[in-house]
Amino acid sequence: MAASEPTPSDKVVVLEVFRYRPEEDEEPFYQTYEVPYFEDWVVLDALNHIKNEIDGTLTFRWSCRMGVCGSCGMMVNGDPMLTCAAFIRDYYPATIRVEPLNYFPVIRDLVINMDDFLDKLTDVQTWLVPKEEKPVSEGEYLQTPVELAKYKQFSMCINCMLCYSACPVYGQHPEFIGPAALALAQRYNLDSRDGGADERAEVMFSHEGIWECTFVGDCSRVCPKNVDPAGAIQQAKVTATKDWYRSVLLPLGKKKGKDA
Amino acid sequence: MARSNEPIFWSLFSAGGVVAAFFFPITILISAFAVSCNWISAEGLHELAGRPLARLYIFVLISLPLFHWAHRFRYVALDLGFKGLKGVLPFICYGAALLGTGLAAFILGWG
Amino acid sequence: MTDGVTKTKEYIRPMPTNWWLKRKSYFMFMVRELTCLFVCGYAIFLLMLASRLGDLDAFTALLKDPIVIALQVIALPMVVYHTVTWLNLTPKVLVIWRGENRVNPLLIAAAHYLAWFAVSAVILWIVSMYR
Repeated sequence: MAASEPTPSDKVVVLEVFRYRPEEDEEPFYQTYEVPYFEDWVVLDALNHIKNEIDGTLTFRWSCRMGVCGSCGMMVNGDPMLTCAAFIRDYYPATIRVEPLNYFPVIRDLVINMDDFLDKLTDVQTWLVPKEEKPVSEGEYLQTPVELAKYKQFSMCINCMLCYSACPVYGQHPEFIGPAALALAQRYNLDSRDGGADERAEVMFSHEGIWECTFVGDCSRVCPKNVDPAGAIQQAKVTATKDWYRSVLLPLGKKKGKDA
Repeated sequence: MARSNEPIFWSLFSAGGVVAAFFFPITILISAFAVSCNWISAEGLHELAGRPLARLYIFVLISLPLFHWAHRFRYVALDLGFKGLKGVLPFICYGAALLGTGLAAFILGWG
Repeated sequence: MTDGVTKTKEYIRPMPTNWWLKRKSYFMFMVRELTCLFVCGYAIFLLMLASRLGDLDAFTALLKDPIVIALQVIALPMVVYHTVTWLNLTPKVLVIWRGENRVNPLLIAAAHYLAWFAVSAVILWIVSMYR
């Protein structure tokens, strides 16, 4: 949002924005808007200025405007960014091209269909499956700081999907479970309270899971929360491989989905 | 969806990647320059290469890197646009690596 | 997929075949992957060398062939690029914990580089014994 006392300025920044109205357009097009330049504005501020003052039909998602909700992800000059974290001053005076997140179907303007991502979060069971069910009366599940540290980084995901927009594997193979879902699955696999690794493995360790990843690493490069999904996936590959050899060499032993 | 058998190929890829990473640079340096620049005689290198441990070394440096190539190439071919080959690529790539391994074993073990 | 919802006509943007030329990180990824061709090439050369172990003249001829040497000169930086990118990624795969903290990833990579230099020195030393 604008500073509390915006200084009138003759400086202007040009935004080239992807438009698509399904009810009237066969093809998308780019619309150019001139937005006043403010030192402290982010791209989201510019989009809201456009919507409020210039063109109320422009459609886009946003919420917290401070980088924690994951709603405002878009392509800014070809890079997946949270538009609330993309500062105009970093691009000015160049034209800023704003497009919907790559590799997702476009519903309207800058809004993409994220159903595929949400389905995959469910497929790979990104929730705690307690090792031991116990009633509330028996108290909390206890966890030491050392145990917490093991999965904490992967728990920082805000589901913004920038990683999916950076991943050329997802772009070419939409059946790929994808970086965030796999990182979150690994987050729960590493959680000491969790006992769901075996169940997750059916999807997580399938061809569409970790094994589709070729470690391009762009997912980790664009992640605004430093989750490092690429790291999570490679570590999962090691676990899956150890499990596989164990099941092949010791077939009568207990099959484990989690490794210490 | 079910657990994949990919681990066997991935572990071969990883082993091959490690072998290529640690041993290829110095070995290329030697095979490209050691004899041609007269640092060692061809006879000397030939004598070394014939020793049993050297044969094992050469075998490992042929076999595992071939599996490394096979796994990587199988995926990169798809990336480059040869999507139609998705079904046959594993057979071509791992098959070639197996062939190379077999040849190397025969040549170095019995040659 | 979500049921019972009227969907408008969504626009699907096609992914170009030359996607890896469109972004520097994608291009560097492709370079890294294509080093496997040079890895394969050198493995084949080693196979050829091995097949000449019974014939010193053929063995020597292969080692002194200018085209073969030129190919190795091209392959060497590619293979070194494989080594560097491989060693740099080891910290992503090898995570070591000391209590609540990870061992510094740079240390993990550095240890691998040290091992690479040490191994190379040992190989060089072994070869030098046959001079």
